Amino acid sequence: MSLLNIFNVAGSAMNAQSQRLNTVASNLANADSATSANGEPYKAKQVVFAATPVGVNGATGVSVAAVVEDASPMKMVYDPKNPLADDKGYVTMPNVNVVEEMVNMISASRSYQSNAEMMNTTKTLLLKTLTLGQ
Amino acid sequence: MLNRLDDMLNFHTQALRVRDQRQQVLASNIANADTPNFKARDLDFNTALQGALKGAGTAAGMAVATTAPGHMKGAPGVGADAGLLYRTPSQGSVDGNTVDMDAERAAFTDNAVHYEFNLTRLSQQIKGMLAVIQG
Repeated sequence: MSLLNIFNVAGSAMNAQSQRLNTVASNLANADSATSANGEPYKAKQVVFAATPVGVNGATGVSVAAVVEDASPMKMVYDPKNPLADDKGYVTMPNVNVVEEMVNMISASRSYQSNAEMMNTTKTLLLKTLTLGQ
Repeated sequence: MLNRLDDMLNFHTQALRVRDQRQQVLASNIANADTPNFKARDLDFNTALQGALKGAGTAAGMAVATTAPGHMKGAPGVGADAGLLYRTPSQGSVDGNTVDMDAERAAFTDNAVHYEFNLTRLSQQIKGMLAVIQG
């Protein structure tokens, strides 16, 4: 019964998308964190998705292969009064691009919705299959 | 007599199995809409159904192992990778993903409706047969 496998596929995708949403939330929340526990400014994080086989019948789900740090350059803000400023008066701020993160958030939530809808359709089909011949 | 009953129900049963398999393939496509380098796949329903009706689907490693001459062959079905094709992308993307969300969702819904149709027809056949048997 491949239909039952769809729950695993959609579930893995929803899990991956929610992890992506989590990263977006973390990035947005720390868009202005000039320092952190290790003394460095916050670096934007991105998830990397990978297709993973789910179950036995060739179904492909999604998993988060890695959470990588964004390689884009840090923002330099001129603020000589800030205690974190260097000798030229610049403060290193996180490389979070708020517009990019918002787009990422919308994309993740739409994908999550599609998967939830897919699960609903599958559930309807399975329930109808159970009433076969009645 | 039982064999005839089986023959009668066979077509829609096999169609349901192929629809079931295709639904899973389309679900994988939708789930991987954001995965880099994922190639969308689909099966040609017509070929897959012909294969399932002929029992050719068992060629793809889905046959039940038989160790004694008295063992039954098992029901012919749709193989795991039998007839799985790659979709031709309508619009390429930089990350190598070939999933077109609109096409996939349309195909998913279409397949779900066809699944329901097969289910309804099968149900009607069973009911018809029961009516004949019970008089």
